[in-house]
Amino acid sequence: MSEVENKEPIKASEMDPKFKYEIAKMHGGEKLMRCFQCGTCTSDCPVAKFSETYRPRQIIRMAQLGLKDRVLNSDTLWLCAACFTCTDRCPQDVEVASVIRVLRNLAAEKGIVPQVFKEQAMSILESGYAYKIPDLRIKKRETLGLPPLPRGNSEGIKKALQGVSFLKHLEKKGE
Amino acid sequence: MAKNQYLIFLGCAIPYRVSAYEISARKVLQKLGVELVEMPEFNCCGLPLDPVSHEMMLILAARNLALAEQKGLDIIALCPGCAGTLKKVNKMLKEDKALREEINKHLKESGLEFKGTVNAKHIMQVLIEDVGLEKIKDSVVKPLTMLKVAEHNGCHILRPKEYIGFDDPEDPQTLKTLIEATGATCLDYMDETECCGAPSVGVSDKVALQLARDKLNHVKQVSAEALITICPFCHIMYDTNELRIEKMFNETYGIPILHYPQLLGLAMGMSPEELAFNELRVDTSKIIKQVVEGEK
Repeated sequence: MSEVENKEPIKASEMDPKFKYEIAKMHGGEKLMRCFQCGTCTSDCPVAKFSETYRPRQIIRMAQLGLKDRVLNSDTLWLCAACFTCTDRCPQDVEVASVIRVLRNLAAEKGIVPQVFKEQAMSILESGYAYKIPDLRIKKRETLGLPPLPRGNSEGIKKALQGVSFLKHLEKKGE
Repeated sequence: MAKNQYLIFLGCAIPYRVSAYEISARKVLQKLGVELVEMPEFNCCGLPLDPVSHEMMLILAARNLALAEQKGLDIIALCPGCAGTLKKVNKMLKEDKALREEINKHLKESGLEFKGTVNAKHIMQVLIEDVGLEKIKDSVVKPLTMLKVAEHNGCHILRPKEYIGFDDPEDPQTLKTLIEATGATCLDYMDETECCGAPSVGVSDKVALQLARDKLNHVKQVSAEALITICPFCHIMYDTNELRIEKMFNETYGIPILHYPQLLGLAMGMSPEELAFNELRVDTSKIIKQVVEGEK
């Protein structure tokens, strides 16, 4: 994924004043409005240190302003490493990383889902594990003196996940 | 509930590519009298899917917790990501009745129910809280006084503080204490609590590897002879990727990356072969030699 930033001037018509309430209704997004843009999150963010574009404060501001399309379509949204440094140090207790996770969930709802997540979800449904564990690894366990790898209960997992809206993004692949 | 009996939660990364951690952890725990019970039905903790579906993460985590409740045993996880997720969801569902009811609707058809009757712990927490430092010190037969190492905790063992409630995320001491219990010296270095970058791999390898590089540079600056991790993802970032980072930035580190149970195992008198040192990418012969010669 490339690190590109939308630097087009912001138009008033782009702003959705209800967007912040949509976020605040979701688990982890409740405290979005507390942010007063101090910048602690960005200055302490290990990813921001090396990324040209990832700035958590900016993402939070975009969400507050209701720049819905701009923020949900932004590649940088997926750069957060979920280290929770911002969450722990925010003087306003915004739970910045959780707000960013809420935004990612909303992007996913719109169908913006990086391939890696689709692959992991498919793998979990089939085997219980997020990665396809190679047969060689499973066989090797015996020679390493490890007990057999627990087999996931695919049926049980599928049953539990019934009705989860994210699964619609996997349908095209025949799931 | 027997205090020394746990369901072992391997998660996905460990069986996928970090077997040295599992091998050494099982050996060390057995020696300390911790009984591990296998649980065939576990699924991914849910964390990898939290970015795209918080709902899916909650259900997957709750399913694991409900399975453990059926067995009536606490969970020990080797991966801080799994431990953190299971802890966080355990707390959320215990405190939020509406959410608990919603998630239980998903579990009901498989005959499962989340009640909030078990705990999930990371191996480090089990070592310090349940096994206890004295017992660990007593198990050391070959103190590693010849070694100077550095530690890397990883984020999810500590953050977010509100949910994890273990150690101090700004100045963590547990891993240092556990390292010093082996007789080795644990060195301080710059930005010890910084993230390894693993979760950004696949989104931007460039950013992720720069985070790992920064850490390796800081560890090298204090002349640490090894970096000790307690997370499979952090270990992949530093061990599997160390050569890649060296090539990319035209630098050399040569810092062996050990799983904490490997270090403890050495101090318990186990051999590097038993502790799967051969599974590590970065050459460990120098520190093995130090340990062997130190014995004489």
